[in-house]
Amino acid sequence: MDMIQTEKLIFEYEKRDEDGNVIGASRAIDGVDIDVKEGQFVAVLGHNGSGKSTFAKHLNAILVPTDGTVWVDGRNTKEPQELWNVRQAAGMVFQNPDNQIIGTVVEEDVGFGPENLGVPTDEIWQRVEESLKAVGMLSYRHHSPNKLSGGQKQRVAIAGVVAMEPKCIVLDEPTAMLDPMGRKEVLKTVRRLREEKKVTVILITHYMEEVVDADKIYVMDHGKVVMEGTPREIFSQVERLKEYRLDVPQVTVLADELRKRGIDIPGGILRKEELVQELVKVFQK
Amino acid sequence: MIRDITIGQYYPAKSILHRLDPRVKLVSTLLYLISLFLFRSVAGYLAATLFLIAVIRASKVPFGYIVKGLKPIVMLLLITVVFNLFLKKDGEVLFSVWKLTVTTVGLRNAVYMTIRLIYLIVGSSLMTFTTTPNELTDGIEALLHPLNKIHVPVHEVAMMMSIALRFIPILLEETDKIMKAQQARGADFESGNVMQRAKAMIPILVPLFVSAFRRAYDLAMAMEARCYRGGDGRTKMKPLRYKGRDWAAYVIMVGYVVSAAVIGRYAPFKIWIF
Repeated sequence: MDMIQTEKLIFEYEKRDEDGNVIGASRAIDGVDIDVKEGQFVAVLGHNGSGKSTFAKHLNAILVPTDGTVWVDGRNTKEPQELWNVRQAAGMVFQNPDNQIIGTVVEEDVGFGPENLGVPTDEIWQRVEESLKAVGMLSYRHHSPNKLSGGQKQRVAIAGVVAMEPKCIVLDEPTAMLDPMGRKEVLKTVRRLREEKKVTVILITHYMEEVVDADKIYVMDHGKVVMEGTPREIFSQVERLKEYRLDVPQVTVLADELRKRGIDIPGGILRKEELVQELVKVFQK
Repeated sequence: MIRDITIGQYYPAKSILHRLDPRVKLVSTLLYLISLFLFRSVAGYLAATLFLIAVIRASKVPFGYIVKGLKPIVMLLLITVVFNLFLKKDGEVLFSVWKLTVTTVGLRNAVYMTIRLIYLIVGSSLMTFTTTPNELTDGIEALLHPLNKIHVPVHEVAMMMSIALRFIPILLEETDKIMKAQQARGADFESGNVMQRAKAMIPILVPLFVSAFRRAYDLAMAMEARCYRGGDGRTKMKPLRYKGRDWAAYVIMVGYVVSAAVIGRYAPFKIWIF
């Protein structure tokens, strides 16, 4: 079954003049069709202003489509009575770690979601412990979130979503404000969650290195999906990616340049090891 | 320096007082404050003092730490003493210097008021020393819960308090950052008179407010994304439950108030004019 499906999704922001009168609309999302199957890892890539964050907010019913439909776990996000079911099915992690932690103690923050769902007290404790373990933050349970590093805060935020037992986690640029160490931490955590909990993951980002493992990638630009495919299919089109102002990983660029100079290696190289292997093959011939 | 400010000034220790239910501590503090006004006699204050000392010992908060908390109210105490001492005209005149006369009633009032104020502050700060801000908001929410019936948004107010507490350090850090950024570009916060210094704060406050609003917007979105929809149907991770020791504390407290009131009013114990 499809975990998430959007059909001709359109979203328009109202433009207002200084007196608050509507003077027009600007289209942030323009006819997006996306399918995500259960258990998949799907990435949405795009530069600033491509509409990718606006798109993410539709998956959690924070925004509701102007036109078209979004189904999350078979529920239409436009139906008011489905609102809380949608939000429980698709948990969301935001960009700024400080602005999404509500509790003054790590464990209390993780318990916030289950509290809102009306989960009985004993089960809340159980869920909090499990989710903190899943993100590797159990030993910090009594700490104040203010004393944690960015990557740790973001892991706590992820645990807070995991504790609500969603079927799908949407990460909206979770690493944009972190240092390289923090980024690695968060990505490792996400990978672990996918393996252990088998949750569907939708990662919104503009770092291409982060999406190498994805099952499917969508590239957005100016509110439209302009490319879709497996990482290999996407990464082999270096020129086009550059047009959309995306930073292509160095290995991919290097492989592409080598190929242009006539060295016989395939397109869409994603990892260092892969390039090394291909080059060894070339020289052994 | 600016980051050292702590609201409520929790003093971490492992004492019976720290473990008590916050509701017990809130109610007890209120009862103690009321008890101070039930009598005006040496015997009564003796009872109040003994009780306070016993509670301080039980709290394991160092005595010096508590006295430090009195510093900000020294001025208030002085004013109280001066007003009570010199402005009361009834009672016997003890002595008079120039236009100022001190009467027995004035002296008695001054001493009583000073003791009351000090005990008031010490009593209530003992509560904040032994209760984390979170417990405090939980306690207030639970105690004020009946007000829900007359449509006071108790849960919402408590939630606002705990979010404010969470964001104090973040906003302080941000203030620090903005100040440094402005100083790096030549802003001067230290020289000039009070007015000039106050004016220099405006370029700090404006960006701070803008960022606080943005944070509030983000936080509201994050809370909604985690299914927050007010207090109805919400369960608690750490619900407040009375234990044996909490009931015992209530009993001790009521016992104290009754006996202090009785002793304070009827004990025939007098020293000089008091």
